[in-house]
Amino acid sequence: MAKLLEIRWHGRAGQGAKTAALVLAEAAISAGKYAQAFPEYGPERMGAPMVAYNRISDEPILIHSHVEQPSVVVVLDPTLIYAVNVKAGVPDDGIYLINTPLSPAEMRERLGLVGTDAKVYTLDATQISIDTIGRPMPNTPMMGALVKALGVISLEQLIEDTKIKLSYKLRPEVVEKNVEAIRRAYQEVAS
Amino acid sequence: MSIRVAKTGNEAVAEAMRQIRPDVVAAYPITPQTEIVQLFSGFVANGLVDTEMVTVESEHSAMSATIGAAAAGARAMTATSANGLALMWEVVYIAASMRLPIVMPVVNRALSGPINIHCDHSDTMGARDSGWIQLFSENAQEAYDNVLQAVRISEDPNVLLPTMVTMDGFIISHAMEVMEMLEDEKVRQWVGEYVPLNPLLDVENPVTMGPLDLFDWNMEHKRQQAEAMVQSKPVILQVAEEYAKLTGRRYSLFEEYKLDDAEIAIVVLGSTAGTAKVVADNLRQQGVKAGLLKIRVFRPFPAEEIANALKHLKAVAVMDRSDSFNAVSGPVFAEVRSALYGIANAPIIVDYIYGIGGRDVKPDHIESVYNDLAQIAAQGKADRLLTYLGVRE
Repeated sequence: MAKLLEIRWHGRAGQGAKTAALVLAEAAISAGKYAQAFPEYGPERMGAPMVAYNRISDEPILIHSHVEQPSVVVVLDPTLIYAVNVKAGVPDDGIYLINTPLSPAEMRERLGLVGTDAKVYTLDATQISIDTIGRPMPNTPMMGALVKALGVISLEQLIEDTKIKLSYKLRPEVVEKNVEAIRRAYQEVAS
Repeated sequence: MSIRVAKTGNEAVAEAMRQIRPDVVAAYPITPQTEIVQLFSGFVANGLVDTEMVTVESEHSAMSATIGAAAAGARAMTATSANGLALMWEVVYIAASMRLPIVMPVVNRALSGPINIHCDHSDTMGARDSGWIQLFSENAQEAYDNVLQAVRISEDPNVLLPTMVTMDGFIISHAMEVMEMLEDEKVRQWVGEYVPLNPLLDVENPVTMGPLDLFDWNMEHKRQQAEAMVQSKPVILQVAEEYAKLTGRRYSLFEEYKLDDAEIAIVVLGSTAGTAKVVADNLRQQGVKAGLLKIRVFRPFPAEEIANALKHLKAVAVMDRSDSFNAVSGPVFAEVRSALYGIANAPIIVDYIYGIGGRDVKPDHIESVYNDLAQIAAQGKADRLLTYLGVRE
């Protein structure tokens, strides 16, 4: 793992980018790592583009500024790739994980990354969440896909922490559906 | 054994309050403090604490009810931010002058206007002369640790002053990090049973609190209040010493980071200290003798100790996250420069006002300050006293 892994989540307010970042940090911390999760708050309203960040490291993290050059970008809403510059500050060999029914090759082309060292992963997280949870909540499956793409946190660790985090707000059967969404995403993410 | 957890700053402080189990909490929600009140009221509703939770209609009432409870003999707490603190203003001074050991987390946020919910220190800096002890926190861990220490500091019979514990709004309050919590039982023992000195509810020994006090005795009482602030300094250090034995985490009036052999340093409070440490480390690898002094205790102001820690340097930059609008400098600069006055060969000192209204403080910003300092040290003079960092003008 890199000395400091920095992740930027792009979502629309209400899609759960903040929750996803928090759960990912909790899973990393449970796995013995150091982590931060923090959203960038603006004049929030449902549907507005927003970002959240993670930092993950094997050492204590002291820095408290925004993430400027994330090596990993997660996009929860496919329309955002036309609304905001999801590539801002990302190094050439950055990792992109996009919620879309498109293939990685098609998405690479849309992002203008053909011929670069960037790694592009895609997952139809919206469909998975509709199939499992019963409504479009792409954040949960995207966590499963991200854990697969990163390889620094185990799937079981993520599931354990998701259960804890979601059980504060959701009924046990709904939590189980979220877990199912994570498992499917882990299997189905394409690169 | 302490417990390693993932918490936001607000969660950390709410947990500290749960473990302290105050008799009374009177609070009104305001962004970015809201979560503290929300979580704590949940603890009350779920029976995890037997605190009397008073849901008031404004911050003025929150502080008034907290004062009433503390005067009655209760261990009382509240929490606020920015305009909430501003609305408390009148009674904030009364809490201190009545010598009530109230502990209040303040989640730093810019004072309006223009309206802004993000971090700067204009709220608590404005309250620096209110007679409250002020402890600043770099991260969630420090906010938690400072709240637990504040109870012991405020309630010490030689102090009996209220304490504000700050953390940076959103940057810390809403950011999840790794921290260590103590077990509930250890905190219970740490804060101990509260024995109020002259409670109003002790009807066998009736007292009057907050009466009219004119030119005959008012000045003596104000002198005592000032003396209590002087006396709080050794108590803060003693409590820190005991807390280190309990947790292994050592606190002082301020933190010196690579300062011993430094030639240039910045003085900073709050979360920016963490970012600045990373920059100082990078500069050290390039051979630059960069250091840092992070102020934890702003009231009482440790003037002599800070002067001693800085006097060997060539150049110092003070980072102010608020403006005094005095046409000279920010408030922290005025204090630090005053502390250095009269010291032979004192370092050249300059001020940077930064991060106003939540403006992000990037490592590049901090590096530019160190670069300026290196140049000032080489030239032996500074071209200007005050710089607004990262502003468009």
